[in-house]
Amino acid sequence: MSFVLYLINGISLGSVYAIIALGYTMVYGIAKMLNFAHGDVIMIGSYVSFITFSQMGVNPIVSVVMSMVVCTLLGVVIERVAYKPLRKATSPLAVLITAIGVSYFLQNAALLIFGANPVSFTSVVTLSPLKLAGGDLVISGTTIVTIVLCLIIMGCLMIFIKKTKAGQAMLAVSEDKDAAQLMGINVNATIALTFAIGSGLAAIAGVLLCSAYPTLTPYTGSMPGIKAFTAAVFGGIGSIPGALIGGILLGVIEILGRAYISSQLSDAIVFAVLIVVLLVKPSGILGKPMREKV
Amino acid sequence: MAMLEIENIEVFYGVIQAIKGISFQVNEGEVIALIGANGAGKTTTLQTITGMISPKKGSVIFNGTDITKIPGHKIVGMGMAHVPEGRRVFSQLSVLENLKMGAYTRKDKTEIEETLATVYKSFPRLEERKNQPAGTLSGGEQQMLAMGRALMSRPKLICMDEPSMGLSPILVDEIFNIITEISKAGTTVLLVEQNAKKALSIADRAYVLETGNIVLSGDAKELMNNEQIKKAYLGE
Repeated sequence: MSFVLYLINGISLGSVYAIIALGYTMVYGIAKMLNFAHGDVIMIGSYVSFITFSQMGVNPIVSVVMSMVVCTLLGVVIERVAYKPLRKATSPLAVLITAIGVSYFLQNAALLIFGANPVSFTSVVTLSPLKLAGGDLVISGTTIVTIVLCLIIMGCLMIFIKKTKAGQAMLAVSEDKDAAQLMGINVNATIALTFAIGSGLAAIAGVLLCSAYPTLTPYTGSMPGIKAFTAAVFGGIGSIPGALIGGILLGVIEILGRAYISSQLSDAIVFAVLIVVLLVKPSGILGKPMREKV
Repeated sequence: MAMLEIENIEVFYGVIQAIKGISFQVNEGEVIALIGANGAGKTTTLQTITGMISPKKGSVIFNGTDITKIPGHKIVGMGMAHVPEGRRVFSQLSVLENLKMGAYTRKDKTEIEETLATVYKSFPRLEERKNQPAGTLSGGEQQMLAMGRALMSRPKLICMDEPSMGLSPILVDEIFNIITEISKAGTTVLLVEQNAKKALSIADRAYVLETGNIVLSGDAKELMNNEQIKKAYLGE
């Protein structure tokens, strides 16, 4: 019975990774850059939720929405101020290094504002645990909400891209920015929208993550950020279903590895699996093979 | 009145001047050819017109409006379409999705369907392959798709960059026949071509570009008999 519990917890943790991975994969697919500050946006979102919900006692849903608004604005501002001026830079390294700089900037700004001491996050989920198999299997409310929310977000996002004009614009920009502009698509606005969506989702991921693992520090976002990036690469960067599969596999491997092999080695196992996957299929599980431009 | 007026534009790539002050005009209903060798500045000129790059000096006037400073994505909606060099179709999207993308700025759903029907009429092969990813089409079919996609915006002026590039002679003939059809249907055409012979054969007037300057211009039929042109561009 404990295996089933580990599996469910793994799926839940993986769902959080998947939601974060969406931010990486969409930004990579559309702006062709790795936004390494994405993990730190999660941390900022968690602090917003901590202050409004745990300290001020705001309604949990309102608190999550406030956190989303702050993260969405933050994502758009980061793109506008730090990345957009570098879009035509000759070396793609310029924007990558800037992203790392933004990441440190956010961490240190949080240190300055919130201090280095960890704070204890109260779970925003009030749903009571689900008892199955005569009480042998207890699944926490947070776990259930996380998995369900992840599936809803994935579904909505796929419908958004398939059915709306803005979604179609994202597809066009991800394939060819210049050709997209010739169709009358506002490329800058489309990239800004991608950052807005990714960062808004990061806020949800942050709240869910801190509800399950309640210690919040200015560094909380960095490890899940790196793991979610790994999940995005694992599933095939640029692919939305890839982010879901990559995230969940990563979460399950991490939890099972921690339970059955070694709790200290769980991260090493996660990254070892990534290396193996990339050796066998360099473009990730659902990634499309790179095509050379003719 | 001229539909498109280019007034003394100068374009730079860093410190290198690609266009050294050229002026020309396109009148409604005309087919205008812009010919010249590699690196003469033909593509740069076209990209300046459709707002992909901005000139350092000079202006682009379209239907009486100065569009020099207007962002590129807004120009399509004003009635100017651009078929880029190398087709640039969205290879992972289907043929139909590519065509719909061409109508991105339009909101009139039923009329979009009508335009789609006329595009399919001009390019029956696109209809046969409408659900196929564009990347799986042959070069000629991709060229047709790129042209069809541009027509989906119902342009008054269509700018085409090297439509014959990399195509077999039979396909080149087919593409040029279609360009003539597009013109007959009432769309003004600005054509950039290295294949000077073909371009001059269907154009009304032509401009010859050499290293960023217009060195010759005039009636297409006359240019075809010009000794200089014959030597430099027609290989006679």
